[in-house]
Amino acid sequence: MTDGNEVPASRQKVVVEHLYKVFGDDPEETIRRAAAGETKDRIYAETRSVAAVADVSFTVAPGEIFVVMGLSGSGKSTLIRCLNRLIEPTRGRILLDGQDVVAMDAEALRELRARKLSMVFQHFALFPHKTVGENVEFGLKVRGMPPGERREKALRALAQVGLEAYADVPPDNLSGGMQQRVGLARGLAVDPEIMLMDEPFSALDPLIRRDMQDELLALQEQLHMTILFITHDLHEALRIGDCIAIMKDGRFVQTGTPEQIVAAPADDYVAAFTRDVDRGRVFRMGRLSHEAPTVTPDDDPATARRRCEAHQVTGLHVVDADGYPLGILVRTDLVSAEGRALRDLMRPDFPAARADQELIELYGECAKGLPIAVLDETGRLLGSVDPLRVFALLAGNGGEGQASPSAEASAPLAAREQ
Amino acid sequence: MTMADSISDFYTLPLDDWIEVAVKDWLVPNFRPVFQALQWPIDQVLGGLEDFLLWLPYPVFVVVVPLIAWRAAGTRVAIFALSAVIFMDLLGIWRETMITLSMIVTAVTFCTIVGVPLGILAARSDRFAGIIRPVLDIMQTIPPFVYLVPIVMLFGVGIVPGVIATIIFALPPIIRLTNLGIRQVQGELVEAGLAFGATRRQLLFEIQIPLALRTIMAGLNQTLMLSLSMVVIAALIGAGGLGLTVFTGLGRLDIGRATLGGIGIVLLAILLDRVTQALGEGGRADTGKKRSFKKLLFKGIRRTDRDDH
Repeated sequence: MTDGNEVPASRQKVVVEHLYKVFGDDPEETIRRAAAGETKDRIYAETRSVAAVADVSFTVAPGEIFVVMGLSGSGKSTLIRCLNRLIEPTRGRILLDGQDVVAMDAEALRELRARKLSMVFQHFALFPHKTVGENVEFGLKVRGMPPGERREKALRALAQVGLEAYADVPPDNLSGGMQQRVGLARGLAVDPEIMLMDEPFSALDPLIRRDMQDELLALQEQLHMTILFITHDLHEALRIGDCIAIMKDGRFVQTGTPEQIVAAPADDYVAAFTRDVDRGRVFRMGRLSHEAPTVTPDDDPATARRRCEAHQVTGLHVVDADGYPLGILVRTDLVSAEGRALRDLMRPDFPAARADQELIELYGECAKGLPIAVLDETGRLLGSVDPLRVFALLAGNGGEGQASPSAEASAPLAAREQ
Repeated sequence: MTMADSISDFYTLPLDDWIEVAVKDWLVPNFRPVFQALQWPIDQVLGGLEDFLLWLPYPVFVVVVPLIAWRAAGTRVAIFALSAVIFMDLLGIWRETMITLSMIVTAVTFCTIVGVPLGILAARSDRFAGIIRPVLDIMQTIPPFVYLVPIVMLFGVGIVPGVIATIIFALPPIIRLTNLGIRQVQGELVEAGLAFGATRRQLLFEIQIPLALRTIMAGLNQTLMLSLSMVVIAALIGAGGLGLTVFTGLGRLDIGRATLGGIGIVLLAILLDRVTQALGEGGRADTGKKRSFKKLLFKGIRRTDRDDH
C-alpha cells in the first residue's frame, strides 16, 4: 500500500471505477441523483429506489489486504458481491487484472469464479449435507477435478488451517471458529488470486476472532493473496488492513492507511469511529521518524553541541561511516567537554526501535527521555524520534506533516507519509 | 306475471352447453389418440406392478414388509407392519389391498416424475410459479367428481382412468413442496455455490435438491396420503381394489363389506405414512438422498464403517 500511487492502474489487481448498484425501478434517475450528491434518504423518498453502492472507485494492489469498513446498511456486502457478480452492478467497471468482470458472459464469469476468486461468508455458508472435506473440495469438484486429486488438495487446505483431522466430520459438529476455518480452507483450496471475505469473523467470539485475524495474517505472509475484506469493526480493519475504506450510505467516505484514517479522519462520521482507537497500536515508529542530526566519532564536542542547538534536540547519535549508530551523545554531557573525544562522551546503550514497530511497544524507551533511534532491518540509522512527539501523537495532536482532513479525502490513496 | 328479480329470469348463460360441446365435439374426437397415448405408460407400470405384487407369495410380505418398516422407522412400526399384513390377510382382503397398493404406487410414481421437475421449475422462475399457482389451487379445490366425467370420456372406464384421476388429485403437494423446499435453501448457501463457480445444474444437484430433500419428502408423503383418499372415488369409474370393496358395500348397504374395505385403506395409509415420513427424516439426519436410502439398507454396517475414521 505504501506505493499505492506509484503502481500504474494496469498493474493493479483490482480496479473499481464509478460503481453503482441500484435496487429499485428507476436506476437511471437514481444514478443521476446519486452522482449529483443527493443523500440516500432523499433519493429513496423521491424515487423509491436505493443506491446501495453509489459512485465507488478504488484500486487494490497485488498482495494487499483492502478492508471496507461500514455499519449495516452501508452497502458493503452489496459492494463485495458486485465483484464476483453475485449481485449485478448497475453501472461502472470492475477490472480484475485488467479484465472487465461486468462485461463477461456467463461462461467466462463462471471460469473466473472457479479459478481466480473465492469467497468466505459471514455465517460460514458450509453445506450441512456434506462433510468438512467435501465442503473444502466443492470448488474443485464443480470445476471437474477428479476425486483423488481434489481430496488431496482439500486435505492440504485443511492442514493450512489446522483441521486435517476433521475431514470426515459433518460441519455442524464443529464450533463456530472451526467452521469458519473450514470456510477459509474451502476458499484456499482453489488457489485463488483474490479472496473476497464478507465479514468472515463477525459471527465469532472476540477471542476467537483475534485468533482468526492472526491466522489470516500468518496465511497471508505465505500466500500473498489479494484480499478484499468486509467488516463493521474498525479495530479489525485497523488490525489487518493495508488500506481501509470507510463506507457510509453506499459511498466511500474516506480511503487510506490505518494511520491516515486515525490521524486525520475525513469527517465527523469517521472521527466518531476513531475516537476510542488505541493509537499506540495503530501508529508505527516510522511515521514519527525524522532525519536525525548525527556526528561521526571524529567530530569534536563543539560541532556536536552546535548541531544539538541547531536542531533543538536533547541528544544526537554518533554514526560510523556505513551509517550504523554507535551510541548517543546527550546535550548536557557536551557542556564543558572541550578537547575530549566523542567516543568517550557518548553513551553506548541508546533507545532504539524499528520503523515498523507499534508505538505501544516503545513506551519504555520513550520514558528514558532521549531521542529514539529508528533503525532499518540491518540496523542502520534511518532517523530519530523525540519521545515528546510520541506522547503528543497518542494524545491526538496528529503527526507532523499531516495533510488536512479535506485534502486527505480528495486524495484518498495518498502514500503513507514517513 | 311479477317483476323479474334476477337476471336469469331473462337470460341464462348456457356455459354448460358450451362445455359439453367443447369436450364432446371437439376435445374427445380430436384428441382422443393423444390421451390414449398418455394412458400407455401408466398402463404399463400399473399392469407390471400389479402382476408382480399378486405373483409374490404371501409369506414374502410377512417377512419383507416388517423388515422395510424396521429399517426405515424402527421396531414399533415394524410390529405394526407385521400385524397389519397378517390382519389384512385374515380379513380376506389381501388381493384387493395389493391392487390398491399398485394403483397408489403408480400414481405417486407419476406424480413424482411430473411434480418434482415442475416444482424445480417453479422455484427457479417466479413467472412460472405465478402461472402454476392458480392451476394448483384449482386442482386442489375442484371436487374430483367434476373431472371424473371428462376423464371417462377421454380415457374410458377402468383402473387406468382411476389412476389418472388420482394423479390429478394428488399432484399439487409435491409440486408446492418441491418449490418451497428449494426456495427455502439458505441464500448464503446458494451464493456459496455460485461464488465457487457452480453451474445452475451443479447448484441444483449438489446443493438445492439435497437440502430440499426433507421438504420434498414431506410433499411426497402428502401426495401419497391424497392418492389413498382417492381410492373409493376412483372405484366409481371402474378402478378395483379396496375402493371397489367399499363401493359395492355402499351399493348393497352391506356395512360389513364397506367396513372391511375401510379398514384395509386405513391400515395401508398408516403403514405408508410412517415409512415415508421416516425416510424424509432420514434425509435430514444423514447427508443426502443416496445415503438415506443406503442407510435404509445398511444402517448398522455404515455406522461401524464411519467409526474407523
